[in-house]
Amino acid sequence: MNATTAAPKTPVKDVEKDASMQKQKAMMAAHYDRLTDAPQTGAKVCSTFVPGNLNELIGCFDLLNNLPEVNAIQNGLRRTSGQFVLEAEKIGHSEDVCTYVKSDIGMMAKGNLAPNGRKFPNPDVLLLSYTGCFTFMKWFELLREQYKCETIMLHTPYMGDGKVTPNMLEYMVKQLKEEVIPKLERVSGVKFDIDRLRERLKKSAQAEDDLVYVLKSARNRPSPIDAYFGGIYYIGPIFGAFRGTEDAVEYYKFLRAEIDARLAAGMGPVTPEGDMGKEKYRLVVEGPPNYTNFRQFWKMFYDEGAVVVASSYTKVGGVYDFGFRHDADRPLETLAEYCLGVYTNRNLPMRIDMLTNYLEEYAADGLLINSIKSCNSFSAGQLLMMREVEKRTGKPAAFIESDLVDPRYFSAANIKNRLESYFQMIEQRRAGARSAA
Amino acid sequence: MSDTATIIARATELFEDLHFGAAREWKAAAPGRKVVGYMPIYVPRELIHAAGMLPLGIVGGGDQLEVIHGDAYYQSYICRIPRSTIELGVSGRLDFVDAMLFPSICDVIRNLSGMWKLMFPHVYSRYFDVPQNYRDEIGGNYYVNELAELRHDLGTLRGAPITDAALSQSIATYNENRHLVGELYSYRVAQPWQVPAADVYLLMRAGLVLPVEQHSDMLRDYLAAARARERPRRDNCRIVLTGVFCEQPPLNLIKSLELSGCYVVDDDLLLVTRWLTTDVPTDGDPLRNLALAFLHHSESTAAKYEPDQKEKGQHLVRAVRRTKAEGVIFASPSFCDPALLDRPMLQHVLSDAGIPYVAFKYAENSGQMQPIREQAGTFADSIKLWSGQ
Repeated sequence: MNATTAAPKTPVKDVEKDASMQKQKAMMAAHYDRLTDAPQTGAKVCSTFVPGNLNELIGCFDLLNNLPEVNAIQNGLRRTSGQFVLEAEKIGHSEDVCTYVKSDIGMMAKGNLAPNGRKFPNPDVLLLSYTGCFTFMKWFELLREQYKCETIMLHTPYMGDGKVTPNMLEYMVKQLKEEVIPKLERVSGVKFDIDRLRERLKKSAQAEDDLVYVLKSARNRPSPIDAYFGGIYYIGPIFGAFRGTEDAVEYYKFLRAEIDARLAAGMGPVTPEGDMGKEKYRLVVEGPPNYTNFRQFWKMFYDEGAVVVASSYTKVGGVYDFGFRHDADRPLETLAEYCLGVYTNRNLPMRIDMLTNYLEEYAADGLLINSIKSCNSFSAGQLLMMREVEKRTGKPAAFIESDLVDPRYFSAANIKNRLESYFQMIEQRRAGARSAA
Repeated sequence: MSDTATIIARATELFEDLHFGAAREWKAAAPGRKVVGYMPIYVPRELIHAAGMLPLGIVGGGDQLEVIHGDAYYQSYICRIPRSTIELGVSGRLDFVDAMLFPSICDVIRNLSGMWKLMFPHVYSRYFDVPQNYRDEIGGNYYVNELAELRHDLGTLRGAPITDAALSQSIATYNENRHLVGELYSYRVAQPWQVPAADVYLLMRAGLVLPVEQHSDMLRDYLAAARARERPRRDNCRIVLTGVFCEQPPLNLIKSLELSGCYVVDDDLLLVTRWLTTDVPTDGDPLRNLALAFLHHSESTAAKYEPDQKEKGQHLVRAVRRTKAEGVIFASPSFCDPALLDRPMLQHVLSDAGIPYVAFKYAENSGQMQPIREQAGTFADSIKLWSGQ
C-alpha cells in the first residue's frame, strides 16, 4: 500500500482533449453552476445515485440531480478526496468501508464545496435507488441523518437467477407509482405528467443509440476510442444529469460525428498527450478505474500502445449495448427494466458472459481486472470471473488492485510492473500462436 | 434429565464438527431426504421444513478451519466468511447439501450466490431477496411471490408440491422453537450468571444443524437443567453485543467478554433463530402470514432499510432498556460493510441516549483475545466506576 496522500508538487500539464471532451466538461460545469445557484434560483435538488438513476423522472418534477459518486470522482480527480477520506475516518467511519462514502462524508464535514468552489445546496430529497450496491442503502441513511430531508427508497431486486421476473417488474412499477412519484410530487410541488416523461424517454433512447454506436466503434482496428479511460468522458452526460435531455441528444450526436471522423481518418483514440500511437494491445477491462491518479494510470496503457476496446465500468449506469433502450411506450416499466439491468445488478454468470462476449466481439487480446478495494459489489468474485473468462476464451487475463478515490491504495510501481508483465504475456502468446501456425 | 454440561458438550460437538456429521446422519437415515444450506441473515426455514428437508445454517468455517483454496477466490480486503464457506464447499464438506440459499445481506454474499452457481452447478442455489419496502401491497406482495417461487422450486426438488397444510404445521413448529429461544434469552436477561453467553451461543448454533424438533428438545432440557442449578454470580456489568450477525466471532471471543467482566444480556448472533419477533399465524394463507411477519414483526439490523429516520438505531436503545444493559459492545467483522457502515449511525443514537459503548473488529479466525479482553475489561470497569455520574 502506498501511504502517500499529498497533492503532486509539480504543476499539472494541460491535457489534450477532443472537442467532445471539452463539450462534456462545459456541460458538467454548467450543471454544477445550476446546482450551486439553486439557493438563488429556487431550484430544488434531488440527490441520487448513478446506477439506477431515474433522471427522466427527476426532470419531470423540475428537480436538479446531484450525484454523490460523481462528486467523489471529481474530488478524486482534483486530489482532494484523500483528505476527505481521512476526515471521515477521523469522525468514526471505518477504514474498511467504501471510500466514495467517506469522500462524500468528509467533503460535507469540510464545507461541502462543489468543483466550482461554491457550496453545494442541501438536497430537498434523497432518492435512494438501491440498485446493484448494498452500500448505497447505508450511504443514504448516513446522508439522511445529516440532512434530515425526505428520503425515497426504490428497491431494485437483484438478478440473482440472471433474469427479470414479472414479480420483480411489478414490484418496481408499484414502488414507482405508489412511493416514488407521489413523494416527488410532494417535494417538488409539480404534478406528474406522464407525457412529459415519455418525451424525455424518447430523448434518452436517441442518446443511447449514439452512445452504443460510439462504444461499438471500438470493434474497428485501430479503435478510434479508448472505451475505459476515454469511455469515462463519454458516459458522463448519460450516466449523470443529462439523460433524457436535449443536451444529451446533441452531445451524443456531436460525439458520434467526431468518432466517425476519427474512423474515416484511421485514427486511434485521443489521450491526454495527444493522439495515441500505434495500437499494439486491445484489452477488455473489468472494474472501475482509479481516479486519484487517473492520468498516470491511463499513461501506463497508452505508453505501451494498449487501448481498452470494451469495459464493464461504462455499463454501470446502464447496459445499452445488448439492445435495451428506454421505451416511451412503457414509461414506468422501462425505468424498472433499466434499473434491473445495470451492470452490478447482474449476477456473476451474466457478468462473465458479458466479458467473454466483449473479448470475442472486440477481438481483444485479453482481460484486465482492476479490482477496487472499496467496492465489494464489483470486486467480490472477480478472481473467479477472471479464471472463467480465461477458460472460456483461452485469452490471458491479469489482475491489478487500486481504489476509486483513496490515494493510499494506488501503488504506481506495482501496477506498472503487473501491466508490463501482462503485455509480455500477450506477446508470448502471440509468438506461440505464430510459431504454431 | 441431562445437566447443562452434558447438553453443552453435545452442542460443542456439533459446533466443532466441520463435516456436519449430524446433518449427514439425518440425510442418510431415510431415502430421498434433502438438505438445504443457508447463509446469514434470514431465510424462512419453515418452507424448507415443510418440504421435509433439513435447513442447514452455514456461517463460515470458524477458527478451526484451515483455509487453503478459499483465499484464492478473494482479495485481502474482503471479509473471511465467503472464503471459508468456499473452503467448506471445495473441500467436499458440503457435498451432501442439495441446495444453497444466499440471503440478501451484502454484496459479498450476493456475489457468492453467483459463484456457487458456477462452482457447484449441480446444486440448486438461489439468491434469496427480501423486500426493502414494507407496505403490504408493495413489498408484501413481492415477498409473497418470492416465497411462492422458492416453495415451487423446493417442491420440484423433492418431486412433490409443498401444501399449505404442511407449511402451516411447520410454522407452528418454528413458532414453538422461537418461544423456547425467547425463553432462554429472557432467562439470561433475568439471571445472566445462570446462562453463560457461550452456552447460549452454542445452543443457537446447534439450532443451525439439528432438525428443529430436536433443537426444541435441547432448549427445553437446557432451560430445565439451568434452572435446577445455581451458578456463582459475578460482579459483571451487563452489555448488549451487536454487529455479530454474519461472520461469527470465535467462541473464545464470546467467552472472553464474560471473563473480562461483561455479562452479555442480548446480542444479534445467529438472528435466524429469532428473526420473527411474534408468532406467525397458523391459519389463513401461510405465505402471506410469513410475509407479513417479515414486514412488521422482524428484527432490525443493518441489512434492512429503516424508512423512518427517527427509528434508526432505536432497536438498540430499546434492547438496552429492556435488558437493563449498561452499555453496548460493537464487535464487527473486518471489512463487513453492513456492520461498519451502520456503526457510526448507531453510535450517534446511543450517545444521544446516554448509553456508553465500545467498538472493535474481529475475524472468524482471530486468535489473539488479549486486546479484546483489555478493551472489554476497561469498558466494564469504566461502567462500574463512572456510570451514572
